[in-house]
Formats: sequence, C-alpha cells, structure tokens
Amino acid sequence: MQKFLFELNRNADFQSRYLSDRRDAMNGFDLSDEERHALAEPDIGLLFHLGVNGQILMHFAAFHEIEWQDYLQQMRDGIAAHGPVREGVYAVTGYEGVDAHSSRLSKTSDAEKGS
Amino acid sequence: MPLVFAGVCSHAPGIVGRADQADPLAKQRLDAAFRDLRLQLEASQPDALIVVAAEHFANFFMNNMPSFAMGLADYYEGPIENPEWLGIEKTRIPGNRSLSERLISKVMERSDVSYAEEWKFDHGIMVPLHFLTPQYELPIVPANINCQGPPLAPLHRAWEFGQALREAADSVPERVALIGTGGISHWPATPDSGKINEVWDREFLNHWSKCDKESLLAYSDSQAYMDAGQGAFEIRTFIAVSGATEGCPATVHFYEPIPIFAVGCTTATVDLSVP
Repeated sequence: MQKFLFELNRNADFQSRYLSDRRDAMNGFDLSDEERHALAEPDIGLLFHLGVNGQILMHFAAFHEIEWQDYLQQMRDGIAAHGPVREGVYAVTGYEGVDAHSSRLSKTSDAEKGS
Repeated sequence: MPLVFAGVCSHAPGIVGRADQADPLAKQRLDAAFRDLRLQLEASQPDALIVVAAEHFANFFMNNMPSFAMGLADYYEGPIENPEWLGIEKTRIPGNRSLSERLISKVMERSDVSYAEEWKFDHGIMVPLHFLTPQYELPIVPANINCQGPPLAPLHRAWEFGQALREAADSVPERVALIGTGGISHWPATPDSGKINEVWDREFLNHWSKCDKESLLAYSDSQAYMDAGQGAFEIRTFIAVSGATEGCPATVHFYEPIPIFAVGCTTATVDLSVP
C-alpha cells in the first residue's frame, strides 16, 4: 500500500493513470480489498489507521487537493472510527491519540517546571 | 579548503506552503532569521553546499533503504510535491558531479554511504533552498539520513557520518558549506501535527549549541518518540553537523514554536573559528 503511494507521489505518468482509472492503476500491487477501497476513495482516515506514513499520506492528500486542516481531521476521524494505527512507525510504541498525547506532554512539562 | 560554513535550519513544508495561515509577526521574524542565515552563508563565499537532510520517502523506500546517502549528479529536480501545496515552483537545482564523487570517495574511507545519480528533492531540501539559495545558483550536494523508516542508524553513526563529511569537505580545494535540516520535536503529517514540545526542544538545542557529544548521543529513539514525536528522529541531521564541527560552539539565532508550521522553527550557525 505504501509502495503504491510512493510510486504515485513521484511519478506524473502514474498519477495520470490513477486519475483515469484508480483501481486499474493498482494492478500489480499486493493489496487487500480494504486497502484498494481506501486508496480508491481515497479514505485518508482509513489509510492512516492502516499504517501509511504521514509523509507519504500528506503528499497523497495534497495530490487530491485536500486542505491541510481537513487532512488532519480526516486522520483523527479515521482513528476514532477504526481504532489505533495498526502498523508502521506510529504503532511502534502504540499511537495513543491526540488527547492522550496532549495530556501526557502537559504532565511532563509540569513535572519539569516543578523540578 | 577547510569547511567555510556550518549551520542548521528547519525545513517544514508549512513554512512556505501555509505561510499565509501563520501569525504575520511570527512569520516576519522567521523570514528575517532565514535572511540572516542566507547572508551568513553568502559571506562564506561557498562553491557548493552540502545539505544533510531527512528525506521523506521521496527517493528512498523500504524496498531499498540506505541509512546514509549522497547525491552524485550535475543537477537535481524538485520539489516532488504539488507546487501549489508547497508554495515552491518545480525547478532544476545545480549539482557538481565531480565534487560529489570526490566527497563520496573520501566519506567512504570511514563511513558506509550509498550514492544516487538521480534525486528528486522534497520539502526537506527545497524549503531551506527557497530561503538560502533562492536563485538556485549554488551547486548542492544532497546527503540523506534515514529518519523515517526504522530500523534507523544509531545516533553515534550520524555523528560519525558528520565527521566523515567534514574530512571530505576539508580535503577538496572547493569552498564547501554545510547545513543540516530537520525538525526537533514534532509530529509531522499526523493528527498531532502542530504539537511542539518547547521544553524538549530548548534542552536539545542547549546540548547542540555546546556540541555536547555525550548528551546528544544519550537520546534514545523510543524516548524521543514518546516525548517529541516521530519527527524527532530527525535530530540525526543536527547531530551530523555537530560531528562535523566537534569542539566548536554554536549559536541558536532563532527558535520559535509556530504550530501551523508544525515545528519549533530554528536557525543556527556553528563558530568554525574555534578549533
């Protein structure tokens, strides 16, 4: 799935092929039905949940002219709908979500100020 | 010719692409800092600029991921991103194949490095060049450290890569400048984008400005990930510059968290007059 996006992000001819027939462009890539669906829609939230690196996903969202704040919200919605990130760098230590991150960082900062 | 310039700066795509969404005064302060950095770079009269960057799956992917790579071409292209989204037009950036070949050969004497005759620059290099060489006249030698796809080279290898770059730069007759570009704490391109751990950043920059090798190499990826996000893996680019300038103090000229840019924006230079 990430290989598909890597190729798409850097190849203008491949981008044209994807735009003309999204599912046909996926031929030759080892993708599950869920992944094909997410790539064809595109479902940014599901792609993030499935483990697509944000650097790749960010370029894909820009390609689809998704505004920055919408891109962030779609990822948040994906986590809310599907659960924590399944694979990849964000799952290495367990993606805990925006609120949990903010809470922990706040506690860390308070502890450092108090020390 | 001994290295003529060394510094670091941020490269976040929002710095240019979302410039209109930032606090105008904060944006003005950052623009002024980049202008000052450009003037310092120009004053060193470089023949070429090595950019130690943290590439973001623009050229290197998990099917064949080098820990360290350098460009070996007379020109490069960029940005890979949608130009309207990044706010930087697609262009051709000059390289110097002869210089690259001599630098890479020297680096190889003490550090394993891959090389690439084709390289499409992403925001990690294009944003710094947009500010530092806006006319794209200075030949660039790109150098990449894998900061994206674990397993990542340990921090001491980034230090040693910097040392190898320094030896190489010092061994050629050209006047070579060096800039490292990366984020400190940040969660780029994720739902947490915009979060910045300023306390963590300032502590890191304090160690970096003192070229405190022991403290810099004591960071762990697992703890950095928890405290400072996956973007903090990019401290390897800063540490490479420290390795290249061991023993030299540095000055952080600008640091300011700008959430819409998704990073604590930074410019800094190393005082190369101190041995």
